Amino acid sequence: MSWDLGISGLGRRVIGGVGRLGRATLFLARLAPALGVALARARLIVQQLYMTGVLTLVIVLVSGAFVGMILALQGYNTLVRYDAQSSLGLLVALSLTRELGPVLTALLFAGRAGSALTAEIGLMKATEQLDGMEMMAVDPLPRVVAPRFWAGWIAVPLLAMIFSAVGILGAYVVAVGDLGLDGGVFWSQMQSGVSVTNDIMGGLVKSVVFGFVVSWIAVFEGYDAKPTSEGVSRATTRTVVSSSLAILALDFIMTAFMLRGL
Amino acid sequence: MERPKSTDPLVTVRDLVFARDGRPIFRDLNLTVARGSVTAIMGGSGTGKTTLLNLMGGRLTPDRGSVEVAGETVGSLPRKALFGLRRRMGMLFQSGALLTDLDVFENVAFPMREHTRLPESLIHHLVLMKLELVGLRGARHLFPAELSGGMARRVALARAIALDPMMVMYDEPFAGLDPISMGVIVKLIRELNDALGMTSIVVTHDVVEACGIADYIYLLGDGRVIAQGTAVDMQKTDAPEVRQFMAGLPDGPVAFHYPAPEYLDDLMARERP
Ligand SMILES: Nc1ncnc2c1ncn2[C@@H]1O[C@H](COP(=O)(O)OP(=O)(O)OP(=O)(O)O)[C@@H](O)[C@H]1O
Ligand SMILES: [Mg+2]
Repeated sequence: MSWDLGISGLGRRVIGGVGRLGRATLFLARLAPALGVALARARLIVQQLYMTGVLTLVIVLVSGAFVGMILALQGYNTLVRYDAQSSLGLLVALSLTRELGPVLTALLFAGRAGSALTAEIGLMKATEQLDGMEMMAVDPLPRVVAPRFWAGWIAVPLLAMIFSAVGILGAYVVAVGDLGLDGGVFWSQMQSGVSVTNDIMGGLVKSVVFGFVVSWIAVFEGYDAKPTSEGVSRATTRTVVSSSLAILALDFIMTAFMLRGL
Repeated sequence: MERPKSTDPLVTVRDLVFARDGRPIFRDLNLTVARGSVTAIMGGSGTGKTTLLNLMGGRLTPDRGSVEVAGETVGSLPRKALFGLRRRMGMLFQSGALLTDLDVFENVAFPMREHTRLPESLIHHLVLMKLELVGLRGARHLFPAELSGGMARRVALARAIALDPMMVMYDEPFAGLDPISMGVIVKLIRELNDALGMTSIVVTHDVVEACGIADYIYLLGDGRVIAQGTAVDMQKTDAPEVRQFMAGLPDGPVAFHYPAPEYLDDLMARERP
C-alpha cells in the first residue's frame, strides 16, 4: 500500500471513529430519560446485577488473588534491596486500590460481562424481540437497556472493591506465609499509609467512571448492531476493543489529574 | 366483488405509497378491514405483506396516503398515542419473537405485567387461561429455546391476545406447521375472533387455509390489490392473476422473479455491479 493511501485510510478510520462516538453520544442522550424510568423498577436492575455478578465474580476473585500474590512477590523483591520490606503491605494496598483494582476489574468486566451484554441485546434485536416489545407498546430502552446499563455501572465499582480486597488477602498470604514477613507490620503499615479520601476514593471514582463507560459502550454496540449473526459478533468484538482502549486512556487522564491533586 | 355495505371498517388503507431503498413496495394500495371480521391478505413472497402489517402497527410510515386504525391515522401519531393504540393490537411475528430470557408463562404474562397492575393471583389465572386456549398449559415452565417452531407460534399467539386486544395481526401463522397444529391454529384464529369479538388480519400464502377462515380476502401484487372478495368470489373468478395464485401455477401474469436485468445480459456481463 502506498504512503498516501495509508494516510487516507487512517483519516477514514479517524472520521469513522468520531462518527461512532457521535452516534454513541446521541444514543446516551436518548437513554438518559429511560435511566430515570428504570430506577422505579429496582427489581429489574437487581436481577441484572445478579446475572452480571454471576458472570464476573469468579473471574474477579481468581484474578484478584493472583494479582495480589504477584504484587507481593515483585514488591518484596524490590523493597528488600532498600531494607524496606515492612512497607510491602502499603505498596500492595496502594497499587491495588488506586490502580490495578479499578483498571483490571474494568478490563475483565468488559471482556466477560460487557461482551455478553452486547451479544444479548444484539441477539434480541436480531430475533425481533425488541421489535416485538415495541409492538406490545413496551419501550425497550427503559425495559431492556436501562436496567442492564445500571447493573453494569453499579457492578464495576463493587467488583473493583472485591478485587482489591482479595488481592490484599492474596498478598498477605504470600508475604506472611511464604516470605516470612510479620503480619502485624503488614497491616499496620497499610492502615497508617492508605488515605481514605485520596486513595480509596480516588480508586472508587475511577471504577465508577469505568463502569459507566463500559456499560455505555456495551449497550450501545448491542443496540446499534446489525441484526444478523455477523453483525452481532462484530459488535461484541468492538465492545471489548473500544472498552479496553477507553479504560486505559481514561485511566491515564484521571491518574494525571489525581496525582496533581486536582 | 362488491363488499357488503353494512360493515364498519376498523382499518382503512388509502392511496398508500411506500418505497424501500428507492424500490417501490406499494404504488397505490387501498383496502379496508371490517370490524369483527377475519381478513386474509395474500400475495407472493416479497409483495410487502409483512411491510403492510408494519405500516398498520406504526413501525413504518407511509410515503404518501394513509393508514387508519380505529379512526386514528397511524403514521402521524405521536409516540405516546401510538403506544396507546398498540396496546389494543396484538401482533404475531413471523418468527414468534418470544423473549428468550423468560419462560413460557412469563412471556404470556409480560404484557400484563408491563401494562396493568393486576395482582399476581389474577395474572396467574389469566395466563393459564390463555395457555389453555392454545393447548400449552403444560409447557408453562419451558423456555423458548426448548419449544418447537409450532409451539413457539402458539405461545406467541397466547401472548398476542394476553390483553384481549381489539385486533390481532398474524404474520404467516401457518408457515412450517404440521397439519394438526395448522388445523388447531386455523380453528383458534376463527374462534378467538368470534368469541372475543376481535378483528383478525391474517397474512398468509396458504390458499386453502385462507379460504377456510377468511371472511374477506385481498390478493396483493405489484404494489396494489390485484383481487379481492370472499373465498367463493376468489375461487370463481377467472381473472388470470388470481387463477395463477389460487392454483399455484409458476407461469402467468404474476412475476415469480425479483426485478432483475435480462438473464442472458446478466450472465454475459463481465463486471459485477
Ligand atoms: N428492512 C428492509 N430494508 C429494505 N428492504 C426491505 C426490508 N424489509 C423488507 N424489504 C423489502 O421489502 C419487500 C417486501 O418485504 P416483505 O417482508 O413485506 O415481504 P412479504 O410479502 O412479507 O414476504 P414473505 O411472504 O416472504 O414474508 C421485499 O422485496 C424486501 O426486499
Ligand atoms: Mg413476510
